[in-house]
Amino acid sequence: MNEMTKIAVQTTLKDWETDQEVRWCPGCGDYAILKAVQRTLPEIGADPAKTVFVSGIGCSSRFPYYVESYGFHTIHGRAPAFATGLKLANPELDVWLVTGDGDGMSIGGNHTMHVLRRNLNTQILLFNNEIYGLTKGQYSPTSRLGTVSPTTPLGSVDRPASPCAFALGAGGRFIARAYDVSKELPAVLKAAHAHQGAAFVEIFQNCIVYNKDVFADFTEKAGAAMGQLWLKHGEPMLFNKGTKGIALDTETLSLKVVDVVDGDWQAAGVRVHDERNRALAHLLVEMPFGPFPMALGVIYDDPRPTFEAAVIEERARASAGKTANLAKLLSKGQTWTVE
Amino acid sequence: MATVLESEPEGHTGGSERAPMPEAVVVRFAGDSGDGMQLTGGQFTLSTALAGNDLATFPDFPAEIRAPQGTLFGVSAFQINFGSTEIDTAGDAPDVLVAMNPAALKTNVGALKAGGLIIADTGEFNKRNLEKAKYDVSPLEDGSLEKWQVLAFDISALTLEAVKPFGLGNKEALRCKNMWTLGLALWMFDRDRQPLIDWLKGKFAKAPVLADANIAALNAGHAYGETAELSGPLKQYHLAPAASEPGLYRTVTGAEAISYGLVAGAQLAGLDLFFGGYPITPASAILHNLARLKEFGVTTFQAEDEIAAIAAAIGASYGGQLGVTSSSGPGIALKGEAMGLAIMTELPLVIVNSQRGGPSTGLPTKTEQSDLYQAVYGRNGDAPMPVIAARSPSDAFECAIEACRLAVQYMTPVMLLTDGYIANAAEPWKVPDPNGFEAFPVTFLEEPNGPDGKVLPYARDEKGARPWIKPGTPGLMHRIGGIEKNPGTGNIDYSPGSHQTMTNARKDKIDGIAAGIPAQEVTLGEAGGKLALVGWGSTYGPIHQAVRRARRKGLDVSHIHVRHVWPLPENLGQLLKSYDQVLVPEMNTGQFKTVLRDQYLVDAKPLNKTSGQPFTIAEIEAAIAAALA
Repeated sequence: MNEMTKIAVQTTLKDWETDQEVRWCPGCGDYAILKAVQRTLPEIGADPAKTVFVSGIGCSSRFPYYVESYGFHTIHGRAPAFATGLKLANPELDVWLVTGDGDGMSIGGNHTMHVLRRNLNTQILLFNNEIYGLTKGQYSPTSRLGTVSPTTPLGSVDRPASPCAFALGAGGRFIARAYDVSKELPAVLKAAHAHQGAAFVEIFQNCIVYNKDVFADFTEKAGAAMGQLWLKHGEPMLFNKGTKGIALDTETLSLKVVDVVDGDWQAAGVRVHDERNRALAHLLVEMPFGPFPMALGVIYDDPRPTFEAAVIEERARASAGKTANLAKLLSKGQTWTVE
Repeated sequence: MATVLESEPEGHTGGSERAPMPEAVVVRFAGDSGDGMQLTGGQFTLSTALAGNDLATFPDFPAEIRAPQGTLFGVSAFQINFGSTEIDTAGDAPDVLVAMNPAALKTNVGALKAGGLIIADTGEFNKRNLEKAKYDVSPLEDGSLEKWQVLAFDISALTLEAVKPFGLGNKEALRCKNMWTLGLALWMFDRDRQPLIDWLKGKFAKAPVLADANIAALNAGHAYGETAELSGPLKQYHLAPAASEPGLYRTVTGAEAISYGLVAGAQLAGLDLFFGGYPITPASAILHNLARLKEFGVTTFQAEDEIAAIAAAIGASYGGQLGVTSSSGPGIALKGEAMGLAIMTELPLVIVNSQRGGPSTGLPTKTEQSDLYQAVYGRNGDAPMPVIAARSPSDAFECAIEACRLAVQYMTPVMLLTDGYIANAAEPWKVPDPNGFEAFPVTFLEEPNGPDGKVLPYARDEKGARPWIKPGTPGLMHRIGGIEKNPGTGNIDYSPGSHQTMTNARKDKIDGIAAGIPAQEVTLGEAGGKLALVGWGSTYGPIHQAVRRARRKGLDVSHIHVRHVWPLPENLGQLLKSYDQVLVPEMNTGQFKTVLRDQYLVDAKPLNKTSGQPFTIAEIEAAIAAALA
């Protein structure tokens, strides 16, 4: 969030809808994410004139066309680089990056890494559906082992990447997770927006055509209680209606699931979530789903100075006491005069 | 004018005698890549410029930073042509070769003019170095250098002696050899040592003992020439200052001129400059230069790769600054897709390509003009883009301004072609008055431009350019992208009519630039005749000199040098058709020749060279003679 965006502008969800027909498949998780974003923007007082959605290529990257703000639909994987130039040109703008698992983790993995490392003040929404949708169903870098697709008819053999682990490893200072139809998504988006710096949000998104229900184990009602661990700073890491919690195995320096009896989480050794604890964040993003629930919500939030602030500061320092006199610059150094 | 001595100077009688005055002299300094030859050449250039001679230089160095010492491939050379007449090239054959070791002698002596002077450091002609240079016997002793004059003495020992009082280690002391040699060269050509002494004091401000040692070496080399009782070829030349227009002068390299031109162009447009770059030889110098000019509203961004560099520049242009990116061939290839986006979204952008030998990694430190097809045609889809080519270091300044002008006035990416030769070479430059250029201030759209308060990002002005709309402007929210769009609203629109209309609009806009650029002039000679030599880029010098010499001999030949490579000036077709023959010298296999044939159905003939070295005047003269025979 920027200084500018703190000046609340009154808008409603309708103000953020464009006249463009939304062209995702009926039932696609992207619709829910779009609505969640359009619901969040009025709540944070965002100004449509100063808001820019920048995207790469893929289903998710059509997003800017549907938000009544400025929008730039760029090329495959490079949205972070465009956003970097834009932010440096005008740091007042509130820039949202929309990407997917192919766009952001495969072809654009390099740029995802560097935008996080530099800590550009932007919100990065990575829609992870574990498949290439727009190119018709090839497996992606987040697809699970054995994923059958047109390019992997016998099942994929390469191990998937974990976007949040990647983002944290790249130096990200805000890491969060949610899923498309979650009621908590707007709250996560708000937290991302409030974070000064690169805020990385992985949003599990259901591709109903090519990878249907791949997250159903924890997003569907039946598995939700056991499958979802919603993290809240300063609160114990409990799930399954408070009957289970996450504790630290000090012997192996790993997390473990413990039973909580009669709500006595302290007795069970359940840890309190600390969003500023980077070591804990590493454990949480690596926590395998199955033996563990899926860590959701704000996993890590510990701001550092932003890239554009550093660039502006450096430019001011370098310019201090100097005048931009081009004629003087051109005649710099050793010169001679011909009479 | 002749740029090299045609006849051997007379009067080789001794140390302090002055040789008859030649018009121009070509000197090549060659040594190990660790010997500081580029620095020696650069400082000699400065002294020469300050003495009022016209000059041109040719730095020729290996791609390796510190190639193994003494090897043939580790030789670094710097050639300078200077004189009292107009100089356009670095000279064909050197008159003087300074060889700091056997490898430097071996790789460079072939180019030396018959009767030319070799100055060699015998201290380095030991068994080990001779072996590395693949000499069985020392060439200084076996008579193999008979057609040249040889002056061999132990520069290493003389340097060590000169810097002895400063207590440097042997290795550090020997590093002063280049200054000793430079001192001798300054004596030979009657140059003032003071600017160099000032420079050394500044460079070694933090280590005054090194400054003193280098100055002592410099003075010792100079004194050696002055006092040594040598009977032989060492003599002093005095070259009168070249006649040039009155004014303030400095030396400038192409990389410097482009950096300044971009700053000037942004100022004339009333914009801040954003430069996204990624290190690559020989383009990095532009990023280095601009990184030091932040007070001019310049933001430099060293991106994670070539693609990010151009993407960030496009992002900055989208945000309302003048986005610029720069690279060399391999990096330009990576930027291709993003160029297409800038063409599709119609955002201003300047792309500087400092060409080098290709394909692939090719010859990183050698020059070539083989990216012309890449510049004009090298993108997917019908993706027209203007291309401008600088012909010399000083011309690069104006070309950079012109690239900025076209980019903002036509809302288009523009490619500015230069090459390794222009980027690194220096020449005297009459410092331009930045106020002497016509400003081209940018107006951003501030109010809706369509009916009923609608925003039409793809409405067009009389030039075919769309409005530039900065994000942050209230009431003008809109979306742009790489997908085909509706001709007015810019909304996604794949319909057949839209794609036809938009393809035509993009093409017409770029074609229309031909009406907004100066008509092609005949650079030397007249319109119509037997033969025209048509060049572009850094071949300017050798073509110009060759045509000048041929005309002096009475041959009917003219020189046409094209700056606007795409679109071509409106009158060029007619002009070319007014000659019986058209010859196109290029450092590639005939790319511009093909463009001219395609555009005008003229029988343009190629004259090609791809050795990584610039054309010599003699090569082009021979081609002229052959064509008119």
